[in-house]
Amino acid sequence: MSIHSQPEGLVRVLPLPGLPANTRAPELPAEEHRSMFRSMLLIRMLDEKMLLLQRQGRIAFFGPSAGQEAAIIGSGAVARKDDWVFPALREAGIALHRGFPLEQYFGQLFGNVLDPQQGRQQPMHFSSGAVHYVSLSSPIATQLPQATGAAVAAKLKGDGAVIFAYLGDGATSEHDFHCALNFAAVWKAPVIFCCQNNGWAISVPFEKQTASGSVAVKAAAYGMPGIAVDGNDALAVRTTTELAFARAQRGEGPALLEFVTWRRGGHSSSDDPTRYRDEASIPAWVLVDPIERYRAWLRAGGILGPGNEEAIALDLKASIEEGIAKAEHAPRPDLDSMFSDVYSTMPPALTRQMMSADRDTSGKAEGAFPL
Amino acid sequence: MSATNGTTNMTLLQALNLALHEEMERSKDVVVLGEDVGRNGGVFRTTDGLFAKFGAERVMDTPLAESGIIGTAVGMAMYGLKPVAEIQFSDFIFPAFDQIVSEMAKMRYRSGGEFTCPVVVRTPAGGGIRGGHYHSQSPEAYFCHTPGLQVVYPATPEDAKGLLKSAIRGADPVIFFEPKRIYRTVKGDVPNDPDFTVPIGKARVARAGKDVTIVSWGAMVHTSLEAAEKAARNGVDIEVIDLRTLVPLDEECILTSVRKTGRVVIASEATRTCGFASEISAIIAEEAIDCLEAPIVRVTGYDTPFPYTLEHVYMPGPARVLDAVQRVRAF
Repeated sequence: MSIHSQPEGLVRVLPLPGLPANTRAPELPAEEHRSMFRSMLLIRMLDEKMLLLQRQGRIAFFGPSAGQEAAIIGSGAVARKDDWVFPALREAGIALHRGFPLEQYFGQLFGNVLDPQQGRQQPMHFSSGAVHYVSLSSPIATQLPQATGAAVAAKLKGDGAVIFAYLGDGATSEHDFHCALNFAAVWKAPVIFCCQNNGWAISVPFEKQTASGSVAVKAAAYGMPGIAVDGNDALAVRTTTELAFARAQRGEGPALLEFVTWRRGGHSSSDDPTRYRDEASIPAWVLVDPIERYRAWLRAGGILGPGNEEAIALDLKASIEEGIAKAEHAPRPDLDSMFSDVYSTMPPALTRQMMSADRDTSGKAEGAFPL
Repeated sequence: MSATNGTTNMTLLQALNLALHEEMERSKDVVVLGEDVGRNGGVFRTTDGLFAKFGAERVMDTPLAESGIIGTAVGMAMYGLKPVAEIQFSDFIFPAFDQIVSEMAKMRYRSGGEFTCPVVVRTPAGGGIRGGHYHSQSPEAYFCHTPGLQVVYPATPEDAKGLLKSAIRGADPVIFFEPKRIYRTVKGDVPNDPDFTVPIGKARVARAGKDVTIVSWGAMVHTSLEAAEKAARNGVDIEVIDLRTLVPLDEECILTSVRKTGRVVIASEATRTCGFASEISAIIAEEAIDCLEAPIVRVTGYDTPFPYTLEHVYMPGPARVLDAVQRVRAF
């Protein structure tokens, strides 16, 4: 039985029918709430827009996050400026929340010169040194031991930083998940493992990924706390992440947080979940919109008035439209960008290859006979 | 002779140990991690004395997981440390292959230079210690095939010290192979200067000669030199090139020698097919075939798993190298 079907014990602030709150809301300034809400809304709006662009053939690939906004922002918003984030596929909203410019976000999706990585990676593989959002790679779970290593380094340097490491439920089967948690616990590294358990690793459901029952329970074997949270409850995610954060700051080591959420759409724009998922058997609670749940609480508390919300939505819409208009037609990266950044300085053999590629692409190599 | 002038005669192993001591003293960002590298000083004693001098925070005994060692080293390096990670035997490096090939090698590229992870991975390699399949292999070619890595393979104590120091001071990730067969059997004079380094990417003419070029690296340099001495007694003057670095490769050093001798043997103890010897052969064929007097000959290990009892048959010795020399001379 998957944890998605047993939501009673999950940490919860925002109640659902039959699922009462069991934890108090974190104490946050109204502005912080609005900032989180804004980022959650941005994720949703980008999702809709970018899937459309993908269907129109304007970007090659997209990995949606719809339904996971609370898990993403509720945890990511806890990271301070000097903390680092090692993401998985669906955390770009955290980069944006931390100030990653939309222009660079779109540049990455279009693979052009606005992309800090110069179009070297497939869409969704964002990276930003400025906001300490580490370059994503496609292999699963490789970021986790790296996050542990960064946390060990932060501890050795004594700078107080806490590292946020993201993963999906599928990643818990990888050897690097084991390495990362084991090393982190042995070394009491200040790292928080944030698992977005959205129920699916492409077509494989959680109960076929592990017989553990939950992700959180795995923490016990490593000697760290594991907490399962209603991942569609932004405030439960936030308050649990703050607990883990405080613990890491006190030098008490890592924690494994499981945000139980749901992947509403496909794994990516290339995926069709109707091939393997029976929509009728989805537990009802996971489909209650995390944005709606947070919105209702914010409205009830007077933090978000209808005017605020409209202003936020209009502002985001304008930023998105403007960003796309600006980014879509930016030039492709130069040929040099294919050869630079392989090493700190380009070795002679690579320089020769670059010159040869230049010849190949400049019309001098026509491949025409007679030779 | 003052402490920073002159040289001291020592083994290759002692030279590596000295380099680690010096670099850890030079920068507090240098840390060492791996299995048994701390209190035990490494199973070969390469990290001997570091734990006592620099403490458990900088000389880290890790849990037993190679992917964890390299994965955490990548994160440490991204965060500004200079990790020197030990993989106890290069035969055990494969659980970390993904971290090396997909992560360490590509981080600079895929982040537009905003994140870098100049980890040094030290790992003993090669046969001749009666270690069977899993304590004897020469997996360097796998790493030479991966853009973003530097691959270094010293053959002498002086180079072991100088190249390891260059690797630690460098800005790129390095796979640093150590020829374990000659850890203690090869001695040499090593400069005392703590700022002595050997540049990565420069090969060395280990023995000058005019009749035949032997290209080799690691422990095979010594096999090649032994063969060259035997040949010299029979009037054949062999030039031995010690590559020192496989990536980036000093092609000019190889080609200069080949243009002089016109006859080439490439000697490597690694598996034959797609070995680094094949790459060198291809480069020579492309760049200097007009200077060749005979086909290029590779002397390598066989395309079998590394054997235990018959390791002396598997590994090329001076006799097999000399047979190859005869072939290129007789053509």
